[in-house]
Amino acid sequence: MSSLPAPSPPVTLETQPFWDAAAAGRLVLPRCDACTTVIWYPRAFCPACGSTAVCWIDAAGTGTVYSCTVVRKGQGAYREAAPYVVAYVELDEGPRMMTNVVGCDPDAVSIGMRVEVTFDATDKGTALPRFRPVGS
Amino acid sequence: MSIRGTAFVAGAFEHPRREIPDRTIPQIHGEVAMGALADAGLTLADVDGYFCAGDAPGLGGMSMAEYLGLHVRHIDATETGGSSYVVHVGHAAQAIAAGKCSVALITLAGNPRSGGFEGGGRAFASAPEGGFETVWGPTIVANYALAAQRHMYEFGTTSAQLAEIKVAAAAHAQHNPNAMLPRPVTIEEVLESPMVADPLHRLDCCVITDGGGALVVVSPEVARDLDRSCVKVLGAGEAVKHTDNGRVDLTYTGAVWSGPRAFEEAGVTPGDIDYASIYDSFTITVLETIEDLGFCEKGKGGAFVADGGLQSPNGRLPFNTDGGGLCNNHPANRGGMTKVIEAVRQLRDEAHPAVQVPDCQLAVAHGTGGSLATRMGSATLVLGREDA
Repeated sequence: MSSLPAPSPPVTLETQPFWDAAAAGRLVLPRCDACTTVIWYPRAFCPACGSTAVCWIDAAGTGTVYSCTVVRKGQGAYREAAPYVVAYVELDEGPRMMTNVVGCDPDAVSIGMRVEVTFDATDKGTALPRFRPVGS
Repeated sequence: MSIRGTAFVAGAFEHPRREIPDRTIPQIHGEVAMGALADAGLTLADVDGYFCAGDAPGLGGMSMAEYLGLHVRHIDATETGGSSYVVHVGHAAQAIAAGKCSVALITLAGNPRSGGFEGGGRAFASAPEGGFETVWGPTIVANYALAAQRHMYEFGTTSAQLAEIKVAAAAHAQHNPNAMLPRPVTIEEVLESPMVADPLHRLDCCVITDGGGALVVVSPEVARDLDRSCVKVLGAGEAVKHTDNGRVDLTYTGAVWSGPRAFEEAGVTPGDIDYASIYDSFTITVLETIEDLGFCEKGKGGAFVADGGLQSPNGRLPFNTDGGGLCNNHPANRGGMTKVIEAVRQLRDEAHPAVQVPDCQLAVAHGTGGSLATRMGSATLVLGREDA
């Protein structure tokens, strides 16, 4: 667990499998049955080919920081949380997902850093996937 | 069908105030509508087309047409965030060319300074991407900072180069008596201002202001009968860039598409442009946009803006001579309207003499909406003098 706030996400019919898996400590990704494109953000529609035959695959849970920023002034649930890192992590499956990088000094996070998934439970039974430096 | 020369901007008005706690948002829409119509020499009864975006309260165009007493035969409430009003000028030209209206009114108003920042939380909560971004605490500044970090990583852009953009805007704002921040600043002052989201400092960010603006776009026949010098719409391009199924590239904007579309329609190249209004929600917004519009090679924006490159009248590309969103005004957190208005001033020789581009013949007004490089509207207008 990181010390960051873990606001509960809006869960919809399309995204429930993602959040259910996260609650169980698994990072899953939607993949199109028709064209095999890995989809992000999760949806029951393939934006590459229009197919609605979408399945869920287990992600490796590792990736590389594509970009990152240290937020010095947070808002909303994060009002008291600064400094914290918001990043895009390029998953090994291809998609770049927004997330937080935790588990190290915010100023130590840099583009190109290898990271692995970790989960922070919300107070509504779900969990947020975040990333930490590999091996930390 | 090309819109080149099918429509003219006859009226432009920017609300002079930056903090307006004593007016409702519809009232401000009304004030700027009347200001732009008076500038054109027209009246509410002449208006037969109305354009507005997400800042218009109630049922948007319907509510505002009722409030303003408009009887229109064409309405367009295209919403692409801060770029909406740049889009509207192009759409108005299309509608006029198609005979759907002959006097189009475009209005913008809002009061985020006195009325509380409208972050759009309600709309975002139901957006399909909402659960996969907001839960990680990305502020608006953070979204732009992510683009800046990647641009720096790939191209070696520096914070000092970004600061040059603010320095140029501030140098212009000192001549604008209505500017929110009229004081010139130095690169050092930008770099020493508090970090908001690395690498963006407080002075890399635009102002938050109440206010608004309006434009009147008319047919050539209407323009001919007006006493006012009008500005010719030569080309318009629009684009939506999004995260592209998670394969987002933060180093470029929708201007890579909207720019060439506008230049091609106008039959000009970036090198022909005398003045550019470039959306400046943050300094990085300007840097990426200048590259994407083709004013310089991709990745070379830092060198282009350095050494006063954006300062009027002697810089490589005089920009935002009103002080822009960085220093003058960013009404309703939507800066596209004021981008068009200052371009119109330049082409009418009505900018402040200290920043007026001599013999300004061709101008660009570019709007950015939403969040830079990720989910954004992009709109480019090429405008010329009446006889262009």
